[in-house]
Amino acid sequence: MEFLVTSASESQGTLPRSRWLSFHAAAVLSFLYFPIAVLVLYSFNAQGVGGFPPHHLTLDWYRILFADGAIWDSVLNSLQVALAAMAISLALGIPAALALDRAQFPGEALFRRLVLLPLILPGIITGLSLLMLFNVMGAKLSLMTIVLGHGTALISVATTEVFAGLQKLDRAQEEASLDLGANYWQTFWRITMPNLKLPIIGAALLIFTLSMDEIAVSFFLIGRDNTLPLEIWGRLRRGITPEINAVSTIIFLFSLVTIVVWYRLRVRAEGSADLGAN
Amino acid sequence: MFSRAYKATVTLPPLLWVTVFLLVPYLLMFCYSFWSVSAAQTIVHSWNLDNYARLLRVEVYWQTLLRSMWIAARVTIFSLLLGYPLAYFLSFYAGKKKDLFYQLVIIPLWVSYLVRAYAWKTILGSDGVLNTLLQYVHLTRHPLEFLLYSPFAVVLTLTHIYTPFTILPIYTALEHIPRNLVEASHDLGATPAQTFWKIIFPLSIPGVVAGATFAFVLSLGDFLAPLLVGGPSGIMISNIVVSLFGAAFNWPLGAAISLALLVVVVSLLFLSERLEKKWSFS
Repeated sequence: MEFLVTSASESQGTLPRSRWLSFHAAAVLSFLYFPIAVLVLYSFNAQGVGGFPPHHLTLDWYRILFADGAIWDSVLNSLQVALAAMAISLALGIPAALALDRAQFPGEALFRRLVLLPLILPGIITGLSLLMLFNVMGAKLSLMTIVLGHGTALISVATTEVFAGLQKLDRAQEEASLDLGANYWQTFWRITMPNLKLPIIGAALLIFTLSMDEIAVSFFLIGRDNTLPLEIWGRLRRGITPEINAVSTIIFLFSLVTIVVWYRLRVRAEGSADLGAN
Repeated sequence: MFSRAYKATVTLPPLLWVTVFLLVPYLLMFCYSFWSVSAAQTIVHSWNLDNYARLLRVEVYWQTLLRSMWIAARVTIFSLLLGYPLAYFLSFYAGKKKDLFYQLVIIPLWVSYLVRAYAWKTILGSDGVLNTLLQYVHLTRHPLEFLLYSPFAVVLTLTHIYTPFTILPIYTALEHIPRNLVEASHDLGATPAQTFWKIIFPLSIPGVVAGATFAFVLSLGDFLAPLLVGGPSGIMISNIVVSLFGAAFNWPLGAAISLALLVVVVSLLFLSERLEKKWSFS
């Protein structure tokens, strides 16, 4: 997923306007945003999800949503899962990036491919193979198994981001620290980690968002307690209920804020790296 | 500069973890596909090729696999047709608004998968937004039933979900094209169309390949959108796997079908890596 670590404006060349291309761009962006707009709009529609034109704007669905205990339980579950998964992915992804950057080890090529697989393969394959593992181990399915699934599947997000950060890191600083008598542990916490602050925060946000939204792997590892996407899924299977529009709108706003924060961090990380290079 | 102990400390924990939670499970799936289920619904650990024979013999399995590939192929083509011109616009024509447009493209990528799939269900339903709109403007008198619960709905929903996945790698490839190549082509008298087809497009092929691979592979294995908007005729291969792991309780057969899916996916990933290497210049 190289595109996750690239951002806009690498090159400057801009051609004069083309009417056809502008029109196409506008049309595709409308296509991408149309369903989201419908969702948001109809979350305020008194008649629920069907019917054009929408009329009688209301906040009833939000009221129903806020009184809905099961949804908020699942939100809490999802928050716990996302935070725990974030901790696992970072705790393993950061050392993995260091290992790929500075150690040669047997199976390095296989390792590189293996950690990326959960992001590239359809979720069903990762979900089912983990289900088989837990089954063979005799582990009971619960939020814990989902945490292990997400934590493992998202290691590569941390590895990719931190590895990109390490490529830009000036090795001389660490060398100086070691020469001046600091041990590896001190050097790691005082030199390496502070320099990787932005990639790590970026990775953490990304892992958090991806875990909050993940459904294909969780689908197979779910025990008795639902995560938010699985709670929504259960309701959708029973039929369309307008409070789902309301919760979707809230999720949308939430991801929107996270993305903007993440993107700002990304730009800042690159800006400071450029300054360092000049 | 880094001691053996340092290297071991950063290498071993991730290596062990990934072995236990990724390598072993994938291998386990491989093993399962050769086992079988007894009449008493327990797994029999005797090795044979029965599941694979069944996969080839029972029409519904391989036909659904082929149909899923056809759905994924359509999703890929539509995503590229929508995504390429947008990426091209973004890279070459957006000017000062580049950052804004870029963010507009990544936002839908991170909006909940489920939310987007569900939105299409509310749009396409028989009393959904589209049908009531069409009746409101008197274009149709009765709701169009083919909109929801059809392969069409699956292709539309998956195209919507995976188009941003094609835009970003293509955009990245376009951004890496040295602008002086484009200027040189203009200066030497090539028309914009010639410059595009002879310079820009060939150099963007690695991005197209990467984007197409994402769209194809991810939509091929999807099972949630078909359940939500596909109806009986929109069933895909992963739905069969899900039912084999659930109600039908035949994990070994499910594992064999997953593995067939995995073989298709991995060969495509392999092929696309080769293609990307072949077409990348440096």
